[in-house]
Amino acid sequence: MDALKTTLPYIISGVSVGGQYALIAIGYTMVYGILRLINFAHGDVFMVAGLMMVYLAASLPLYLAIPLVILLTVALGFTIERVAYKPLRTAPRMSVMISAIGVSYLLQNLALYITGGLNKNYPAIPWISDRISIFGMETSRVTVITPFLTIILVVALVQLINHTKIGMAMRAVSRDFETSQLMGIQINRVISATFIIGTFLAAVGSILFFTNYPGVVPTSGAMPGLKAFVAAVFGGIGSIPGAVIGAFIIGIAESVIKGLDTILIVNGVIDEQIGLATFSDAFTFVLLIIILVFKPTGLFGEKSTDKV
Amino acid sequence: MLKIENLHVSYGGIRALRGISLEVPDGKIVTLIGANGAGKSTTLRTISGLVKADSGSISYDGEELLGMPIYKILEKGIAMVPEGRRVFTNLTVRENLKIGAYLRNDKAQIEKDLDWVYELFPRLKERDWQLAGTLSGGEQQMLAVARALMSKPKLIMMDEPSLGLAPLVVKGIFDIIRQINDQGVTVLLIEQNANMALKIADYAYVLETGLIGLTGTGRELLVNEDVKRAYLGS
Repeated sequence: MDALKTTLPYIISGVSVGGQYALIAIGYTMVYGILRLINFAHGDVFMVAGLMMVYLAASLPLYLAIPLVILLTVALGFTIERVAYKPLRTAPRMSVMISAIGVSYLLQNLALYITGGLNKNYPAIPWISDRISIFGMETSRVTVITPFLTIILVVALVQLINHTKIGMAMRAVSRDFETSQLMGIQINRVISATFIIGTFLAAVGSILFFTNYPGVVPTSGAMPGLKAFVAAVFGGIGSIPGAVIGAFIIGIAESVIKGLDTILIVNGVIDEQIGLATFSDAFTFVLLIIILVFKPTGLFGEKSTDKV
Repeated sequence: MLKIENLHVSYGGIRALRGISLEVPDGKIVTLIGANGAGKSTTLRTISGLVKADSGSISYDGEELLGMPIYKILEKGIAMVPEGRRVFTNLTVRENLKIGAYLRNDKAQIEKDLDWVYELFPRLKERDWQLAGTLSGGEQQMLAVARALMSKPKLIMMDEPSLGLAPLVVKGIFDIIRQINDQGVTVLLIEQNANMALKIADYAYVLETGLIGLTGTGRELLVNEDVKRAYLGS
């Protein structure tokens, strides 16, 4: 009973972190599903969303700043696709990937230029950053909201993909560009829609994520971006449910490992801190290696049958 | 009427079409026959807008199609059944048909047309909710034809619809082609199976390495000695 009681807070905060990863991971997995591109710039778009919030909230009330941040992030995602990926539509995949890496560094360096590399304090958003107590533990409200909001957004997204015309077009384009065009689908519109959805979720994710952290620096997007990418690969890149489940697993595991010392001490397994928390990031990447070695298609990935 | 004049198409340095001209009159079945690499598929792909031409003209009812985006050409009423069926294996049969009607917004009429193609292909109706990937080759070909019909085309182009299908299934496909034509849809058909194609066609063109060789009615070419030797294997 004690074991559960000491572990529970870490699980709850892990579920919350997992939800934030999930919102980023969906962007990776959707773009991969349709373009077979790992959009390395995605984590940096997430960081830029954080910075935009810092600057916009300084001069605007939050009820304007939040929608504006989401809108501008979506516009950024759309523009990146049009400028850096669309001209390479018929180029080898490697070229597009290199272009994505280029965009990633461009965004990081622009952020470095604008912020001077200093930590920018993220504005406190009232209500969601209020402290509340749940199961006897103290946390901010955002921790509790995140998983629910994530699930609502994911369910809405799955509905969109399975039951609307644009969703059907997305599934068709992800399978076969040429035949989709023969059906009258304008694939560039569908690809833009995919980027818009992906960056929208990343923008929402960034608000939830940075609320829990003191501030934003130009490399703030790298780590969560990478973790979300691992989550997408773990779940089976291209699969939305896979990305979400992968993200929750990684979020929870990470959080529990961070608290493992405390949990073990309280339960009398060890006597003093032994620094297991250091391994929380390592765990994620060991997981990546294991999944790539033993099940490269991930938990829910399709078998990579080449088009005949 | 679809009219091609002096059409040149090349891929990189390879000249696939070297100035072909042909006509597809409304309401007829026209077939292109020829060996592998003669330029049959290239012709269809250029008409549908998938491939860019170097020079020449493709007009439909007097309107130039070259340079038009693919969806506009479909809007003009020209649909294509691509080679190798290319159904969306990750979509259900019904979704494949609905995506065929992607450019249309008349919901009520789309539902009626679904019933219409299900009447043409009762096998598809039984498999309505199945993923297209689970269908047999013949069923997938039916689905590909039905999907193209869902755009309500005036002209339907088919690229090797009999490829890789059992003889009995091939006969079924050709029966369907005739039925579709009887309902007033013009058909432009590419076939390796020259015998079947010539029997069904009103007009036929023989393509030889990017040029039109012989032309004539299907019946004329069927008895032509050159055609017999080269394509009918007798």
